[in-house]
Amino acid sequence: MNELLRRLLFLPDQASTFARDVDQLHFFVILTTFVMSTAVGMTAVFFFIRYRRRSETQTTPHIEPPAWMEALFVTVPLSFFLLWFFMGFSEFVRQQTPPSDSMDVYVMAKKWMWKFAYPDGPNAINVLRVPAGRNVRLLMTSRDVIHSFYVPEFRIKKDVLPGRYTDQWFNALEPGRYQILCAEYCGAGHSIMRGEVIVMKPQDYEDWLASAKRGLASRQDGAPTSIDFAPPIGNLIEQGKRIAAEQGCFKCHSTDGTRHIGPTWLDLYHRREKLNDGKLIDADEAYLTRSMMDPALEVVDGFQPVMPSFEGRVSGPEVAALVEYIKSLQSDAVRTGPSEGPAYAPVRNR
Amino acid sequence: MRLSETDSARLAGSPPAPSYLEDGTTLMSWLNTRDHKRVGVMFLVAVIVSFFLGGIFALSLRMKLLQPGPFLMDALGYNRLFTLHGVVMIFLFLIPAIPSAFGNFVLPLMIGARDVAFPRLNLASFYLYLAGAAIAIYGMVHGGADTGWTFYTPYSSTTPTQVLPILLGVFILGFSSIVTGLNFIVTVHTLRAPGLNWMKMPLFVWGIYATSIIQVLATPVLGITVLIVSVERFAGFGMFDPARGGDPVLFQHMFWFYSHPAVYIMVLPAMGVISETVCAFARKNPFGYKAIAMSSIGIAFVGFFTWGHHLFVAGQSTFDAGAFGILSMLVGIFTAIKIFNWVGTMYRGAIAFKTPFAYICGFLYFLVFGGMTGVALATTSLDIHWHDTYFVVAHFHFIMVGASVMAFLAALHYWFPKMFGKTYHEGWGLVAASLIILGFNATFVPQFLLGNYGMPRRYYQYPEHFQALNVASTAGSTLLGFGFVIILIYLAIALRWGQRSEQNPWGSKGFEWMTASPPPTHNFDEIPTITQMPHDYRTHEPPGVIRVT
Repeated sequence: MNELLRRLLFLPDQASTFARDVDQLHFFVILTTFVMSTAVGMTAVFFFIRYRRRSETQTTPHIEPPAWMEALFVTVPLSFFLLWFFMGFSEFVRQQTPPSDSMDVYVMAKKWMWKFAYPDGPNAINVLRVPAGRNVRLLMTSRDVIHSFYVPEFRIKKDVLPGRYTDQWFNALEPGRYQILCAEYCGAGHSIMRGEVIVMKPQDYEDWLASAKRGLASRQDGAPTSIDFAPPIGNLIEQGKRIAAEQGCFKCHSTDGTRHIGPTWLDLYHRREKLNDGKLIDADEAYLTRSMMDPALEVVDGFQPVMPSFEGRVSGPEVAALVEYIKSLQSDAVRTGPSEGPAYAPVRNR
Repeated sequence: MRLSETDSARLAGSPPAPSYLEDGTTLMSWLNTRDHKRVGVMFLVAVIVSFFLGGIFALSLRMKLLQPGPFLMDALGYNRLFTLHGVVMIFLFLIPAIPSAFGNFVLPLMIGARDVAFPRLNLASFYLYLAGAAIAIYGMVHGGADTGWTFYTPYSSTTPTQVLPILLGVFILGFSSIVTGLNFIVTVHTLRAPGLNWMKMPLFVWGIYATSIIQVLATPVLGITVLIVSVERFAGFGMFDPARGGDPVLFQHMFWFYSHPAVYIMVLPAMGVISETVCAFARKNPFGYKAIAMSSIGIAFVGFFTWGHHLFVAGQSTFDAGAFGILSMLVGIFTAIKIFNWVGTMYRGAIAFKTPFAYICGFLYFLVFGGMTGVALATTSLDIHWHDTYFVVAHFHFIMVGASVMAFLAALHYWFPKMFGKTYHEGWGLVAASLIILGFNATFVPQFLLGNYGMPRRYYQYPEHFQALNVASTAGSTLLGFGFVIILIYLAIALRWGQRSEQNPWGSKGFEWMTASPPPTHNFDEIPTITQMPHDYRTHEPPGVIRVT
């Protein structure tokens, strides 16, 4: 019955401990709504058939409802509405009160990506890894405008505001991958501000966390990157493309010459770029690498310094793969001019 | 009511006074008129133009949504379009549609007055509307805004698009709304005909009166809010933007303090129209007159205390969510009372299935479904999944289109002979009504399902599994569009070539039918004395024409 109704109403999978309880109330409420609107509609149709006009001078009796009927008009819907309210509110209170044994993950939203930081180590862009069956509390803030963290399968949503923290907790039932959507309108990239929750088996999660910590430590020490983090051997350009996709580069940089939030990567290599302080530079390997690590330092004229630093987030071999990928993006046309301005720019930096 | 000395007077030979339409035909005689009927007609033309403009935006949005990826327009273009769709439909169409157009025309006739209390202010309200619309359209032509009609900060205080002219336009339109509301309140208090006490007033007048209270009390808050956003953009004053020490949630509280009651500005007049027309077409006294009248006032009052249900996921406290949740349930009750009483009115009536009645049926069904999904949305735990998804979009379109636009169309068809003295083609009327009701369902029922499925609103691109339902919705919207175009065509034909209609083609006993159709400029030669309730069909003779010479 649950499964049938869920599919009829196009509800997504029930992947958190909230989902099933929320859906039960959902079914009850929607069924009542259907029954009521159909009953009203059918009564109107019945009256229309039964009492259709027979002559143009027909008279009708003056009828007013007795007091008990008016009272019924108030009490019947009111008792339904109050029942919904109390059922809904008790579930709401549960959803708004994180259990004390929750593990915390910090969430930082910005146009148009999600960043996740674990208190004891790694951080990630757009991918939130959590263990199944454990209470997870998200502590969320935004760096620019209001966003909203939404995972339909978990039936959770919470606005993410600049200048304050909001929290949201959940407990994912089964290992799986679920899309994170931004539900509060935040500009040109709103609809592609998507991320993913990867729910892992608890043991897999511990393994991942340990390896991520190892990688972090080795990179901080300057030692050679651990084998876990080196891109697998293969075509560097293909790897670069994959890494760029994973890191969310394409949200701001196009590869086909179209204007976007950041300069296009097409023909970027060795392009003569004018910076916002008037200096002319050559976009060589060194500049491309500097731009990933300290993007605000040398900003191409006409663009806003909105790019986050990828220092510590991409390893040496990954940078190399990215640079090789950018170098491979050459069009046939001979282009010499600097970048055009952005298609979209925020009014001021944050 | 002294009604039917009429036809005998006419036969006795005194020539009827010219109708308000014939009393001066120059452009200036319209632009400089103080006649409430002419102001109403000018508003009617203006809101219909706005409706088609907003409709074109809506259809373009639906066309884009046929494809999950980029299609037809870029993201910025899409964001501007949905903003314009919202701004035009809400501020230029829905808010003035019924009060300023039909309210202006019919309300003084219904209470037996020669005009509204402040005829010059009434004309000024129309020019404020035009000025606000012109400034907003200037903003659209110069790039438009991409904030959504809700102007949420800090996005609206930082985006580089043309937010300022749109905000200024909204600010000025607000004054048009306040002035009209003020005018109606004073008119109802001071200009009622002898014998017309409060408990005899037509229910449409009650609806407009309740609306006017909200317009006068709530609209200033919108004015203040958009003014602060403007100053924040213009002078860097930090009220809502946290980067400058402001509070973005404060904006949401202030905005919804207006915009939730504004929903009732759009719906209460629609309910008034239905209260009138359901009586006229069922030829029956209103079942529970007092309940319908008082629930309008109840909605106007409780509607002010429910704004927080727009903020369940915005980080307000759990206690606030509970308080606003339970208050929202009460607003639903007032609407339920009305619905039961409208259906009750049909009991033992004499129902004629004419075009306006088709819209009444649509209205009843859509209002129950739209209203109950609204109560469902106010159920806190359910709102978390639905908030900012297409479920919300579908819900408020059920109310805004399913209720307000259906009532607007019912009013347009019901009062068309009153306003212009012409008859439209009944067959085409029914064809258009069925297309619209069918198209409406096909457009918005899939959007409820999309919301359940988890598609957030204001999405330019969307994950591919949402495509089938989006295509269904777009298909429905084209039907809806065709329906409106058909209405435009047959009404234009009726205006130009339509048959002269009878003075009271529906045999209605609403008070506005006491005078000629179209009425003369001064409405009544002799102010009528009201002795009975509106829509008393215990006797069959229709209200005649008050003698007008």
